[in-house]
Amino acid sequence: MSTEAPFLQIQGLAKTYPGAAEPVFDGINFGIAKGEFVCIIGHSGCGKTTILNVLAGLEQASEGHVFMDKREVAGPSLERGVVFQGHALMPWLTVRRNIAFAVRSKWPDWSAAQVDAQVEKYVAMVGLGAAIDKKPSQLSGGMKQRVGIARAFAIEPKMLLLDEPFGALDALTRGTIQDELLRICAEAHQTVFMITHDVDEAILLADTILLMSNGPQARVAEIVRNPLPRSRERATLHHEPLFYAVRNHLVDFLVSRSKTLSHGKAPTHPPEVRPGVEPEPEPAPATPRAALHRVA
Amino acid sequence: MQPGLNLKAALLSALLLLLLVGVWQLATLPAGGAAPAAQAMTAEEIEYAKLLGKDPGGESGGSAKAGFPTPLQFGGKVVEHLAEPFYDNGPNDKGIGLQLGYSLARVGLGFALAALVAIPLGFAIGMSPLLYRALDPFIQVLKPISPLAWMPLALYTIKDSSISGIFVIFICSVWPMLINTAFGVASVRRDWLNVAKTLEVSPLRKAFEVILPAAAPTILTGMRISMGIAWLVIVAAEMLVGGTGIGYFVWNEWNNLSLANVVFAILVIGVVGMLLDLMFARAQKAVTYVD
Repeated sequence: MSTEAPFLQIQGLAKTYPGAAEPVFDGINFGIAKGEFVCIIGHSGCGKTTILNVLAGLEQASEGHVFMDKREVAGPSLERGVVFQGHALMPWLTVRRNIAFAVRSKWPDWSAAQVDAQVEKYVAMVGLGAAIDKKPSQLSGGMKQRVGIARAFAIEPKMLLLDEPFGALDALTRGTIQDELLRICAEAHQTVFMITHDVDEAILLADTILLMSNGPQARVAEIVRNPLPRSRERATLHHEPLFYAVRNHLVDFLVSRSKTLSHGKAPTHPPEVRPGVEPEPEPAPATPRAALHRVA
Repeated sequence: MQPGLNLKAALLSALLLLLLVGVWQLATLPAGGAAPAAQAMTAEEIEYAKLLGKDPGGESGGSAKAGFPTPLQFGGKVVEHLAEPFYDNGPNDKGIGLQLGYSLARVGLGFALAALVAIPLGFAIGMSPLLYRALDPFIQVLKPISPLAWMPLALYTIKDSSISGIFVIFICSVWPMLINTAFGVASVRRDWLNVAKTLEVSPLRKAFEVILPAAAPTILTGMRISMGIAWLVIVAAEMLVGGTGIGYFVWNEWNNLSLANVVFAILVIGVVGMLLDLMFARAQKAVTYVD
């Protein structure tokens, strides 16, 4: 990755809620290259969603700057599509009209036929062609989230922000949609920033995984470059030779190291790590790794 | 299962109605004691009784003419009214349809004006916490005032009884609509507003395409409550201001001591109120969404 001028640059981001003694997070620095898929993992309360909202322009940071394409992010923009945690579809509109709402916002001059063509293209992309004229209440949770993804993609944003989009889905549905998302993002060379709690999901989807220490005063403690090939697939992921090296590294961080790094003990300029490829920057404290192995 | 239940319910309703009419019939049976007494009276006594409003020699039987009508007499009255609902024989003798028309026009006008004020204002209050707090004391004080208490002020300032009636309808319809609209707008889900924000939707489009449909069920609930109250109040208001309308009709027929007409008017008020409510229930159903 070129470190010169990343597509998205976050500098010294901090958020302190009024009345709070310590910031939720501070000294957040990282960059995202064009076409990169970045996942951020951390315990609840470390401010992941706040960071995403700042990137989306929905919230203001207390300090620091966000630059996209060398321009400062100062509010919501159609350049950044957001997939919300709770799908956020409008229940009084059909799938078609939900997505058309977004398409018409981006291209207000388009004719009805143009809008419809765009809507149908993206509904087909997430495999919901048959349900296009249904209301969200007639869809399952997985289908609703697919519509949410289609809506975000339909405005062809430069960057996609996903706030734990599969959190509310069952494991089987989650697997299928993860595969779909992986395929769609690879086809579109989409730049993605996604929040997740699921280590395996992060390894499957992300090129880069940002590890956040616990709040308060949380920071991005480490930037993990996924050493697994980009052609990785869910079905064969756990057979990849480096899979467990990465997985153990992430789980170790979440289980033991993230705690010790709260209250601003994490570095503001996080080191890059490639588990299993390069030696670890600091040997992790002795933890019973074997006990953490689970069937993926 | 469902049709069976409906049928049973309908049967039970019919039975209750029959029972009600039966009790009515029994209660209004011509009293046996009054008629023979007439034979025993002297001419002066009969004259005196007539002056008192009693008709001892009346052919239609004791309590019939001025007293409470029997179901049969009532039925005759209903047919009479329904046969010619729109006649107009001067200020004190108009068809029931005409009177109803006056009342509905007043309610419609007052209600429409109230909606015109309450819905945009409710929108503003719902969107702005500042406005909400600033206007809340006014709303809290004005809301519990009986709309009829405004009548003297309305009559004095407007100097027109008919418009005063409309004003009273306006003032009673405005509060439920205002409060429900404000509440509906204020509780639109954050997520939907965030979607609109990230899509850089213009404020006007946000108001009409996101907030309005999201709050529509709540707004319509307010309108339905308002219409219910307006229909309650119009009768009382028309009794006060007089002239025209179903409320005036009730009062006028009371003065005429025509209880059959009063009962008929009561029934009509009930049916029209039900139809109005049904209309809003339909509209409510049309805008309600399943989340």
